[in-house]
Amino acid sequence: MRYSGFRVIMEGLRGNTGWQPVWREPDPKPEYDIIIIGGGGHGLATAHYLAGTHGITNVAVLEKGWLGSGNAGRNTTIVRSNYLLPDNQPFYELSMKLWEGLEQDLNYNAMMSQRGIVNLFHSDAQRDAAVRRGNAMLMAGADAVLLDQDGIRRMCPWLDYDNARFPIHGGLLQPRAGTARHDAVVWGYARAADARGVDLIQNCEVTGFHIEGGTCRGVETTRGPIRAQKVAACVAGSSSRLMSQAGMRLPIESHVLQAFVSEGLKPVLPGVVTFGAGHLYISQSDKGGLVFGGNLDGYNSYAQRGNLPVVEDVCEGAMALMPMIGRARLLRMWGGVMDMSMDGSPFICKTHIDGLYFNGGWCYGGFKATPGSGYCYAHLLATDQPHPVAGAFRLDRFTRGAPIDEKGEGAQPNLH
Amino acid sequence: MIINHPLLGPRDAAEFTYLGDASLLARPDWQSETAAGDFDAWLHLRDNPAGEHRELWFHEQGDRSWLIVTRNTLTHEITGVEMARDGAPARGTDT
Repeated sequence: MRYSGFRVIMEGLRGNTGWQPVWREPDPKPEYDIIIIGGGGHGLATAHYLAGTHGITNVAVLEKGWLGSGNAGRNTTIVRSNYLLPDNQPFYELSMKLWEGLEQDLNYNAMMSQRGIVNLFHSDAQRDAAVRRGNAMLMAGADAVLLDQDGIRRMCPWLDYDNARFPIHGGLLQPRAGTARHDAVVWGYARAADARGVDLIQNCEVTGFHIEGGTCRGVETTRGPIRAQKVAACVAGSSSRLMSQAGMRLPIESHVLQAFVSEGLKPVLPGVVTFGAGHLYISQSDKGGLVFGGNLDGYNSYAQRGNLPVVEDVCEGAMALMPMIGRARLLRMWGGVMDMSMDGSPFICKTHIDGLYFNGGWCYGGFKATPGSGYCYAHLLATDQPHPVAGAFRLDRFTRGAPIDEKGEGAQPNLH
Repeated sequence: MIINHPLLGPRDAAEFTYLGDASLLARPDWQSETAAGDFDAWLHLRDNPAGEHRELWFHEQGDRSWLIVTRNTLTHEITGVEMARDGAPARGTDT
């Protein structure tokens, strides 16, 4: 069923009796060409691009819970491509371009809202870094605008500009960045993949790999064994747990990141604003809630909830940036489990086991990468060649001494 | 979280900074034939278990001692705390 404004009006006149389930609930077949483990945004996007771009439709997506029940439902919905390094920025810019055409591609309203992201700077050194980053973005075909304090004041007159310790001198704006509705992205990809014949199998946890002579031939699941020519892991947050079943140790630690939303308020924030003196990013949802987050808790965790010292730290950052937020009440807070890699950058690559592919290590930047990750992973699975913009996202880059360390922190995952 | 320091008693985890898996104490032998690969794995690869995890915490806002904390990564429950200098392997930290 195609969605359109006309369809909404027609269904309204017919008492909304014509709507159908958005995807099927198939039982797993004994064999597929490709099995994707993980029914989050990245896994479903991979299935969509495999079917749509490469014509491979004998594909199953295995999800241990329900679709989008992991980090796809736990992020702060920010979409941007304001990276610095040449191994990162072209990938994120490809993802940004896919976001811009996503709703038309999927025939689904993902509530993509390009209201811009501004990274504030508070010192001359930070201004220099912003100029350098902006130039790197422009060279990769993205958009970047350097704003002085007056430019920021026109967007957000209520920030604390005259803070004695961290005065706001300006910011780097990416006008095409913004936010998207995270669940709608998952549902849109699921519906589009299902319509092309991909089997979306929920409540089906992978419990082991069938590896014969160094080749992966399928998986063992809670719903029985399933054979496949290629098996594609896509479970960021739980990558180490899954891949340990194939005997692999990964350059990843799992860390908890908390996020927060205030009660609904009248429109105040035009886009996304990030604080340059602490770690804080804040936007306003379409319902009016201020959505914000900050640092990791900093210790290994699979608990999907954090502790109070980081709540205090994030709220202090919010107060330092925009003192009026002290009047808003916190509505909800939650935690998600991040694949924190050793250099803060992700992986889309083959493994040393033939037929077993790995996508993970997205740290806390996975949501914005959803279309690009699916697109490049599908390319790798279909052609056995890395996509040109994702060629550096390999597991062996540490052994080769070629990390992609955007923040320059070294092999200390809780600092990225 | 409260970390029960062997010398100072129960202390707020916010006084500590976190390094990672306690196996980082077991530094590879730099004279070994396989030293390059050993150091790569030691520096970059992690078991990253869901469940009990032995890990290094530094009491930065306190007595600046290193502790080995045994903590469950699924529940954050701490079941053991020892001084790192007591739990360290016989060789490793001083090579």
